[in-house]
Amino acid sequence: MQPILELIDVSKRYGGVRALEGAHFACAPGRIHALLGENGAGKSTLIKIMAGVVQPDEGRIVLQGQERRFAHPQEAVSAGIACIFQELSLMPDLSVADNICITNPPCKFGLIDRRAQRRIAEAALARAGAEDIHPLAPVDSLSLSRRQMVEIAKALAREPKVLILDEATSALAAADVQRVFALLKRLRDEGLAVVYISHRMKEIAELADDCSVFRNGRHVATFAAGTHSDAQIIEMMIGRDLDHAYPPKPPLPTVSVTPALETRGLAWNGRLHDISLAVRPGEIVGLGGLDGQGQRDFLLALFGVLSGVSGELLLGGKATQVRSPQQAKHGGLALVPEDRKTDGLMLPMSVRDNLSFASLDRFSRAGVVRVSKEAKATDDIALMLSIKAPEPGDPVGTLSGGNQQKVVIGKWLLNAPQVLLLSDPTRGIDVGTKQEIYALLRRLAADGAAVLLYSTDYAELIGCCDRVAVFYDGRIVRWLAGPELTEHALVSSALNVAVEAVV
Amino acid sequence: MTKTDLHYRLREHRAALAAALLFAAIFALYIANHQMGWTVPVLTTATNKGVLLAIVAMAQTLPVLAAGIDLSVGMVFVLANCLASHLVVGSALQATLGAGVVLAIGALCGLLNGVIIVYGRLQPIITTLATGTIYYGLSLGLRPVPGGEIHAGLADALTGALPGGVPAMLVVLLAVVLIVWVPYRRSVVGRATLAIGSSLPAAYMSGVNIGRTILVTYTLAGLLAAIGGLLLTCVTYSGEASAAIGGVYTLNSIAAVVIGGTSLAGGAGSAIGSIFGAFALRTIGDLLFVFDLEPLWQPLFQGVILLTAVSLGALRLLKVSNRLDLFK
Repeated sequence: MQPILELIDVSKRYGGVRALEGAHFACAPGRIHALLGENGAGKSTLIKIMAGVVQPDEGRIVLQGQERRFAHPQEAVSAGIACIFQELSLMPDLSVADNICITNPPCKFGLIDRRAQRRIAEAALARAGAEDIHPLAPVDSLSLSRRQMVEIAKALAREPKVLILDEATSALAAADVQRVFALLKRLRDEGLAVVYISHRMKEIAELADDCSVFRNGRHVATFAAGTHSDAQIIEMMIGRDLDHAYPPKPPLPTVSVTPALETRGLAWNGRLHDISLAVRPGEIVGLGGLDGQGQRDFLLALFGVLSGVSGELLLGGKATQVRSPQQAKHGGLALVPEDRKTDGLMLPMSVRDNLSFASLDRFSRAGVVRVSKEAKATDDIALMLSIKAPEPGDPVGTLSGGNQQKVVIGKWLLNAPQVLLLSDPTRGIDVGTKQEIYALLRRLAADGAAVLLYSTDYAELIGCCDRVAVFYDGRIVRWLAGPELTEHALVSSALNVAVEAVV
Repeated sequence: MTKTDLHYRLREHRAALAAALLFAAIFALYIANHQMGWTVPVLTTATNKGVLLAIVAMAQTLPVLAAGIDLSVGMVFVLANCLASHLVVGSALQATLGAGVVLAIGALCGLLNGVIIVYGRLQPIITTLATGTIYYGLSLGLRPVPGGEIHAGLADALTGALPGGVPAMLVVLLAVVLIVWVPYRRSVVGRATLAIGSSLPAAYMSGVNIGRTILVTYTLAGLLAAIGGLLLTCVTYSGEASAAIGGVYTLNSIAAVVIGGTSLAGGAGSAIGSIFGAFALRTIGDLLFVFDLEPLWQPLFQGVILLTAVSLGALRLLKVSNRLDLFK
């Protein structure tokens, strides 16, 4: 069948990182096309290019036989490509109808025709199978699942020819998932081209007509759904180069050692369920699974950022309540957050100020900072981590990403934490610095720290961690350790395939 | 559907309604204790004072809805006052033309703010602080000392009472609401303003024309401030380049916007709420006269009312379960 949208030889780099390399993709009207790949395989970049959010460095976009360039999301929308992103594109203060019609509201005498708008919104909601949502309801009064339905209605109101869904079902309640599936099948029968990204293999088996697999920014294969088994598809998705040198793993501490950190039945807000794990001094425990399965929330919960966390938390064997990062700090916890620029550093402030911030009370007497003591300590830590900064007084924002991340880690090391929590610490960092961080984590563990590492890079989890807890939907679905800890096992348990096969 | 249209309409306007109720309560207290009570002169004087601030507060509302702020509204108000004391004179035709020029210059001031914010990519707060000072400088150049005059017929018509005792200024305010606010609120640009204030990335991803929206928003703010300045001239019959007046109106306009239920974070609120917020603020100021209290009670009262209004808006923060969201 003639494809409606085709991407030919598309490449995209972000800084030095290659996101897509000579990728091909084509989708046809009346088909549901599933995009598959690990975290960082290039799927998101591919759909961002289709939706006009980013522009490719190389390659062509062909829509209905014509070569096109989309400089702006609006151009892709008017060309008939509607995209539903993972991050919602709704304006929370506006009503559902206002949101649905935001791009092109119906007008009469230059003013928005509210009745016509309401009809459009009702029609779009009905088409999306969400008639029960009131068009006048403000979006922020709706649950996440209902908001996602509004998002779908908003895309449909633009009458697209190509509809792209990026993990559109991940926020949906079960009842809504069934409605969306029925809707997608109906849209396919109406002749739409649907591009569907999901990490749930069951959904793909139920929905997809075609599948395309991506790996490391490259297109691996396209095939008709049902012609390959789950195991074969997973085989295609993995195969990352394990080219980083990881430090050797020492023997595990015995189970009798009191864990530095232990949780029992930790739960939060319907997003984390019954999480029990223990990390002993000297151990590096990984949090695996697909991005966004609750790993970050779990680390935030441990660090006292989330309110309404239930379950038990034990530090060094003692039951403890951590209600704020400040308490967490005094309890010997440290968190290297996922977004170092906003949550980890004060970019305009100096390297020295950033390094000493979490441990200022160690360098001060009666509330006055003793500058010489502070300088000595920060200089030592900068040397130990080989932070490359021209001057300790330079703004930390002028450093490279790798050195910035070292500053975040160094800031907490000055506090001598017993438990180190890291949220994807090597994202966007050069290979050399990554290896330094791996070696550092191992050294800290050897010195008696307990390390909890969340990473989206499976190779890193395998190379660095003694044990890995695989998260799915806010739960730990599997523990992997020793010889079991392979990329194959990580990917299949992250997709929850093995577990589902057992059920 | 479990909830009716009425429920959502009420919900949308509840902040404006609350401001209206607040004003009604304070005003009733004021009238009940005023020695002259509900009479045409009392109503007209109260209206004339209230409408000036109400219109400047409407001007402030627009940038605030887009999550911005305009610290120059008070200075544009003063500049329009000084301009009008020169231009709105002579024959009826000349005066009308002059008024048109005053309003056009006000709009131009607003447009300049918008251009600097959109193309210079500066923060609204510092942009309008700087341009506001410039506008005040221009006012001083126009009126080094207070003076000038205004077309007496126009001034008397606008500040007096209509047959039946309705203050003319109230009709002017109604006209401004119907001619400027209502069409704006229902236009694509007005919708886009709220979208930008609610979530700038989501508005961008939805293909909203952000630059044009911000330009129109600040231009209208300038126009409204100039309307206020023109009316001020009608009340005082003269022009005065007073930094104190400009500053007080700017700060009170922000207070009125907040009392009127518009969030300083943008995205929700209305100029109608700001009008009642301005009326309430003004009436609090007058209350101390009827109760014969020490002057210190006026700012104290205003502060308490403002704090109460803001606290009500912050109640929703109690529901946040990821504390990191509090800071975003």
